[in-house]
Amino acid sequence: MSLGQHADFIIASYAVTALVVAALIGWIAADYAAQRRVLGDLEQRGVTRRSQRAKGDTP
Amino acid sequence: MAVIDLANPTRFLTLVDRVLPWLAGVTALVFAYGLYRVVGAPDDYQQGATVKIMYLHVPGAWLGMMGWGVMTVAALGTLVWRHPLADVAGKAAAPIGAAFTFICLATGMLWGRPMWGTYWVWDARLTSVLVLFLLYLGMLALYWTADDPNRSTRAAAILALVGAVNIPIIKFSVDWWNTLHQPASVVRMGGAAIDSSILVPLLIMTLAFTLLFFTLHFAAMRNEILRRRVRSMRMMQARESDT
Repeated sequence: MSLGQHADFIIASYAVTALVVAALIGWIAADYAAQRRVLGDLEQRGVTRRSQRAKGDTP
Repeated sequence: MAVIDLANPTRFLTLVDRVLPWLAGVTALVFAYGLYRVVGAPDDYQQGATVKIMYLHVPGAWLGMMGWGVMTVAALGTLVWRHPLADVAGKAAAPIGAAFTFICLATGMLWGRPMWGTYWVWDARLTSVLVLFLLYLGMLALYWTADDPNRSTRAAAILALVGAVNIPIIKFSVDWWNTLHQPASVVRMGGAAIDSSILVPLLIMTLAFTLLFFTLHFAAMRNEILRRRVRSMRMMQARESDT
């Protein structure tokens, strides 16, 4: 596959797109890990949500 | 599970956990096939190999507009039906839509330089897409600077509805005004004006990027639900330590 005389522009387009998509995936994955970690910490300290508490109160 | 059951964030999280790995897998497969077709696609008789930029630029433009469409539907869900997941869906779509709009602008500039002799002109199509990107940045500023998500919900929904006016302007700008940008060549009266050897890879890449959008959107919605849980648990903890 030959990209011709404008190869730099084509390669730069694919590089920019790959970079933006990778950053988006990385950011969302890191955010998920962070939220899970904080939720785990709170649950370990015995903090529960109102809805969980209501479920626990039900005999 | 009925559709209405998905209004419950816990049920929605269960569904996302089940669906997300499959969606990500299908997205990767469609991307692999799409890129394989792009490599084998012929050069354009006028534009040469630079037509390969189209396989990124067109999906970027489509998803930039679709992202705002998702936020507009979410805004209606927030303002009219007060759906518990509507604001979550709107907030999760904003950074993804902004990223695809950025891809559209960046690849458009890199395509414009060799074809038009310039990276940028202030014509109707380019300017209206830049306005869309700025609207996304405004939306992100609104969401990310509010301490309490309830405060930004209504303002963000109104901004989404106001910004929706820009979507038909982007689509029809090439018909309404004289622009350097080419007229519609895929979605137009009389069918696509592109040869199938280029059109088919373009449609496959557009499908791949659309699947990627929904994969990321579901994942970002899950993050937002968890973030709101963390917030409510911290508030609960603060309230208990006060008493």
